[in-house]
Amino acid sequence: MKPIFLLTVFLSLMQATVFAQSDVEKKIQTQLILAEDGETINLPAGTIEIGGTLSLDGKNNITLRGAGQDKTILTFKKQTQGAEGLKITNAQNIVLEQFTVEDSKGDLIKAQGVKGLEFRDITARWTGPPKASNGSYALYPVQCQTVRIERCTAIGASDAGIYVGQSDSVWVTACVAKNNVAGIEIENTTHAWVWKNQAFANTGGILVFDLPDLPKKQGGHVKVYDNLIGRNNFKNFAPKGNIVGKVPPGTGVMILATNDVEVYQNKIWENKTASTAIVSYFISENPIKDKQYNPYPSRVYIHDNIYSEGKRMPTWKSKLGFIFWWKFGKKVPHILYDGIENPDWKDAQGHIKPEYKICIGPNENGTFANIRADKLGLFKGKISKDKTPYDCAF
Amino acid sequence: MTAPFKIFGLFAMGIFMLSANILPEKAPKTLLSEYGYFSGALQNLQPAEGVFLYEVNAPLFSDYAEKSRFIYLPSDARLQYRESGAFQFPEGATIIKNFYYPLEAAHPEKGRRIVETRLLLKEVKGWKALTYIWNNEQTDATLEVAGASFPVSWIDAGGKKINLEYVVPNVNQCKGCHSYDGQFTPIGVTQKQLDRTLAGNRNQLQIFQQQGQMEGLPASFDPEKAFHLADYRQREISLDASARAYLDANCAHCHNPHGPASTSGMFLNAEETDLEHLGVGKPPVAAGRGSGNRKYGIVPGKPSESILLYRMEHTDPGIRMPELGRQLVHEEGVALIREWIHGLRG
Repeated sequence: MKPIFLLTVFLSLMQATVFAQSDVEKKIQTQLILAEDGETINLPAGTIEIGGTLSLDGKNNITLRGAGQDKTILTFKKQTQGAEGLKITNAQNIVLEQFTVEDSKGDLIKAQGVKGLEFRDITARWTGPPKASNGSYALYPVQCQTVRIERCTAIGASDAGIYVGQSDSVWVTACVAKNNVAGIEIENTTHAWVWKNQAFANTGGILVFDLPDLPKKQGGHVKVYDNLIGRNNFKNFAPKGNIVGKVPPGTGVMILATNDVEVYQNKIWENKTASTAIVSYFISENPIKDKQYNPYPSRVYIHDNIYSEGKRMPTWKSKLGFIFWWKFGKKVPHILYDGIENPDWKDAQGHIKPEYKICIGPNENGTFANIRADKLGLFKGKISKDKTPYDCAF
Repeated sequence: MTAPFKIFGLFAMGIFMLSANILPEKAPKTLLSEYGYFSGALQNLQPAEGVFLYEVNAPLFSDYAEKSRFIYLPSDARLQYRESGAFQFPEGATIIKNFYYPLEAAHPEKGRRIVETRLLLKEVKGWKALTYIWNNEQTDATLEVAGASFPVSWIDAGGKKINLEYVVPNVNQCKGCHSYDGQFTPIGVTQKQLDRTLAGNRNQLQIFQQQGQMEGLPASFDPEKAFHLADYRQREISLDASARAYLDANCAHCHNPHGPASTSGMFLNAEETDLEHLGVGKPPVAAGRGSGNRKYGIVPGKPSESILLYRMEHTDPGIRMPELGRQLVHEEGVALIREWIHGLRG
């Protein structure tokens, strides 16, 4: 007799009165535990209340499929156990598709240590007005390899809607992120392509960050193209302490301390503070203790984007925004560079070596300023709008 | 024994060995009693042949449940000592952990309710976790793989009645903590937890070695000098040693460079010496509202500005740490860590 069958028999022997979990929740969790290689687990249609984290661990080739984003809704509103809604760990070739998850206490769907992960037609959202008590991440692959996120929607995350951290080989495409603090965030991740997404009404639309103190030290080789990044002017509702809490409302694209990033052919409009910002980690004003960490961006190439015309009034609700307002009034340039350079990357003449440059190519309405901040996050006042030192390409 | 019986015996043994190789894993037993780990009435938890008690220096807080821990070894099999990490277990060995609540914490003689027994079985393919839930009559416990919860109440040491919806983890949640580079692993059966003086002033590891339950302990082993955790419940131990032992036992199963929380860059294992990794001056990575609007994991001298303490003081599933296995605030643990952070100098 197969052990799996035995387990099933044992499960049916359980006394029903003992358990507080709903029958459906228990059934789904049991299916996840007993799933065999190659199995498809179908989630039933309907709104299903889940009280604890549903977890899938150590499995290969599993598909978890709902009856459609508007038909199968897993709600974690009354969650009492575990922080995540759905958690997938140490697995290979996992597909999640066609369902909605909402209102978990922590992250909605977290995947860690998965090789081959696909999210397709998933909605992950916090209902009601966006607030700091919402969970951090809606879709959250971390330490994963080969990730594809397609046609997904993320709403209301108090950190990032679609957040890919410490991963490699990542596609994020045809997704919608709105009313999150960060719409889409690629962090300490290598080889990520982010294209044809829509990031609207977040605090920041698309962020590419490298942060210190993490096991995966350096991201990079990130392409952000053909996206629609509009009106990301939502108030920053992240709990303090989190790095995205420092992103000023009105940020379109922000590249922080990452190398090899290309941002092109995006339509970036009406993001009131910084349509595209290229900054070092110093701008966070957090101390850096990680000696292996590189806080400077390099090999960043911004070209062929279309920026909106007209005046934009930067936010006062962040130090950066206030300084932009102070320096530029309603004429804040679209492309902003903090200008903090790594002294080790300079040649004898004091110029940044070609292999570390920041390049600004042709962009429609692509006004530019180097705000010449210093490592203390202070501004020396000599803003430069001269684009020529950055007239290059990769 | 006559020859035909011998042949039959060999034949049966062959079948047994064959099936052991073919089956991916042994089917778990439905009832705890079927394993025969305990002799006499099951609820007395009297170890049977091959089963022995062990103690840890620094226990994990589990909603004030008390625990009794045993190891089962097949005959002639031994634990293999290791200086760091979990000891090597022979195939067929089991780690047995019973969770119970005294009816009245101040009067253990009034009896207890055993709620759950967790087994870690060492099989050919590695470790397997199973959990058994005790019946109200306390006569036996039944296998549960998908998790469960049920009400438990007791009178605490202060005479207050505590009501708790006790939560039994599902097998995936077991691995939520029992994980080293994604592989299932025991947590507590290590030198740092078991290097401990027992009654009669004898060292636990040396006893195991002498009794033939363990091998590989070097003759030069010095219980005092060997790396071990402090018993944080004994307050004559230094504050730093107590606090680091507490953090190791309660956080480091995930928060270590090879554990599930390696993503955070916060490592709370007792071996860690980098203050930044401990959380000093370290901003959170993915804490979300778990940050409690505080900026750093630990702010020396300022417990009420430290995220670490904030998460220990909360019971909301989106904030609390550890994520699993704790619904109540461990008042004594919070007091210890508060005092420790208060005494840290930046």
